[in-house]
Amino acid sequence: MGCCGAKELKSHFLDEAVDLSKMDSVIAKYKEVKGSLITILQYAQETYGYLPMSVLEYISGETGIYSSQVYGVATFYTQFRLNPVGENLIMLCKGTACHVNGADNIEEAINEELGIKNGETTDDNVFTLNNVACLGCCSLSPVMMINGETYGSLTPQKTKDILRSLRKATLAQREGN
Amino acid sequence: MKVVVGLGSCGIAAGARKVYDVLKDEVKNNRLDIDLEITGCVGMCHLEPIVDIYDENNNLERYVKVSGDDVLGLVHKALAKEEEGSHKISAVDEEALGKQVRIAIENCGIINPERLEEYIERGGYEALKKCLTEMTQEQVIEEMKESGLRGRGGAGFPTWFKWNAAYREKSTPKFMVCNADEGDPGAFMDRSILEGDPHRLLEGMAIGAYAIGAEEGVIYVRAEYPLAIKRLEIAIRQAREAGYLGKKIFGSNFNFDIRIKAGAGAFVCGEETALIASLEGERGMPRLKPPFPAQKGYWGQPTNINNVETFANVPWIIRKGGAAFAAYGTDRSKGTKVFALTGKIKKGGLVEVPMGMPIKEIIYGIGGGILNDKKFKAVQMGGPSGGCIPAHLEDTTVDYESLGKVGAIMGSGGMVVMDDSTCMVSMARFFLDFTRKESCGKCIHCRLGTKRMLEILERIVDGKGRPGDIELLESLAVEVKDGSLCGLGQTAPNPVLSTIRYFRDEYEAHIHDKKCPSKSCKALIRYDILDNCIGCGMCKRSCPVGAITGEPKLIHKIDQDICIKCGKCYEVCKFDSIEIR
Repeated sequence: MGCCGAKELKSHFLDEAVDLSKMDSVIAKYKEVKGSLITILQYAQETYGYLPMSVLEYISGETGIYSSQVYGVATFYTQFRLNPVGENLIMLCKGTACHVNGADNIEEAINEELGIKNGETTDDNVFTLNNVACLGCCSLSPVMMINGETYGSLTPQKTKDILRSLRKATLAQREGN
Repeated sequence: MKVVVGLGSCGIAAGARKVYDVLKDEVKNNRLDIDLEITGCVGMCHLEPIVDIYDENNNLERYVKVSGDDVLGLVHKALAKEEEGSHKISAVDEEALGKQVRIAIENCGIINPERLEEYIERGGYEALKKCLTEMTQEQVIEEMKESGLRGRGGAGFPTWFKWNAAYREKSTPKFMVCNADEGDPGAFMDRSILEGDPHRLLEGMAIGAYAIGAEEGVIYVRAEYPLAIKRLEIAIRQAREAGYLGKKIFGSNFNFDIRIKAGAGAFVCGEETALIASLEGERGMPRLKPPFPAQKGYWGQPTNINNVETFANVPWIIRKGGAAFAAYGTDRSKGTKVFALTGKIKKGGLVEVPMGMPIKEIIYGIGGGILNDKKFKAVQMGGPSGGCIPAHLEDTTVDYESLGKVGAIMGSGGMVVMDDSTCMVSMARFFLDFTRKESCGKCIHCRLGTKRMLEILERIVDGKGRPGDIELLESLAVEVKDGSLCGLGQTAPNPVLSTIRYFRDEYEAHIHDKKCPSKSCKALIRYDILDNCIGCGMCKRSCPVGAITGEPKLIHKIDQDICIKCGKCYEVCKFDSIEIR
């Protein structure tokens, strides 16, 4: 990606130096299997926590898939993110049942408590908020999922309490290290 | 004694994992004579975590809303044959379960999804054996035709017709694809089947593959369903080891294997051609049909795609015969359908009922009625592609034709109940926001039309609606429908059209009177303190912006210029002294 459009594009994303060799085994495995781009990208995100630009370029170079195509696929699907996330990823369900049962109030409570909106990360890198379409736990709505744990029947106050105790735990762990 | 803990996603979210862990430790530490098993979701999400205890005579006692703290007491009482009443499932809930007819989810919440033997015990893989040893491909398709099974993913296309089209194609290889990319927000029946009875899907796919002559199967499943993927992987491994997948299955000349492909999150991938593009590692964008996937699908080869629930019906149909399936339902909508009953409902969860059951029977008879006994306003059927059915049409029956007549669709079976506190304009805005985000961008009418419609709806709920907005929405809706290639764009305006059709007065109130009749649109309501305020000060203390003033024991007052309408005062007031106008 060397053209001026690509440079403009890159300026929007953090591009850390990462260990590209971590991708070699999966690229070797899928290089000759056509239609594997999404699988490779999923592996990359699992490895780095997000998709760094350098990794996208590396995948393109190694597989021969055009970088525009790699970028196109990486930005098409909601699962992929091109910027890193905080230590705790809040997935707030905005499905129909949660909407009917007040998910907007929960989002407001999160905004109030953390000062971040959908897609943003707190300055201390403790939380990232991502709104998602449906977590499939509709009868517990409104629901959010943090680090794989589901919290149901939320109220604004309950949400704030959960976030506060998580922040405390995260910061304590950091100090411990 | 056997103890079974329901470990579906919803059960786990409600705390079932802890219940299981506590029990596991207890059994291990005290060497209790208990077979501890897990199972999927039985569909009664409002009662989770659920623990089933079978005594030595295999009599079932079901306990609900069990927590990690009280499960031990419960199990020890059962061991000692003492009566335990506090967690037993109520007769009403048992009865609600009895009103259902379970075909697609007959094993969910009963068998351990991670054990092949339990599936076999309940007749598993018998249907596949019957197909491979006794039936020709045409006979399988004929049986499906007699059953009248139609696609459960949304469009309701006859399954046998698709199979027949793929069967008639000469080109090989052919592919059998399962669409497990359940994207409708508010529907989770496919997840429940994947988590609760994965072998059933494999068997259904194998039967379909035999009928059309495919040797390779792919399950396209949402990456957001990690537990479903894990259980599918286990099931596929077990089926291979037992010879239900692989070469020369049941000694026949039929070879078939299945692999999993994790989708990456895109609602549009529910559309067949978009799903195929995604399988091929591309952006999931639909293309023009024909050629249909049955002619040119995955890698240009004949491909058949069905959704999870459709496949889950297949083994039952083969075992019991197409006529037995067709005995349920209506004239043109045969069999049963699983619905995800959610929203403002007392007993939300999964219900499987014969087609043709009236909506009110599902809501009141099975769902127990509206949450907090409020007034039933409408039910949204078919998610973002569907429409709402207002309370006065509660006698409408659930079948493809009746739902279509009132402007809704069967869709994948999402059924979101709304009470009189739900604003229908805001609901339409919610769905348009969803479809706008999920539009793949290929067709201009869908890409821009949904955005323009959303902007109009946003200004209406913001109190800035203009005269003529309703008509503008209606004309845009027609254009978006006409100008879109795939189902997403063609159905995206449905929630707007159906809310206008049944709740036009609400739109008019927003636009002309600047009022939200449901008192939920923030820009159009105000909070006021009534004369019966005793001046306790609760509201004043809870107000985050300091908008409330007043001396103790005197009537307080809200400064409307400062108030952000968060509703906290309304929530904390114990004397009903705060009114929303």
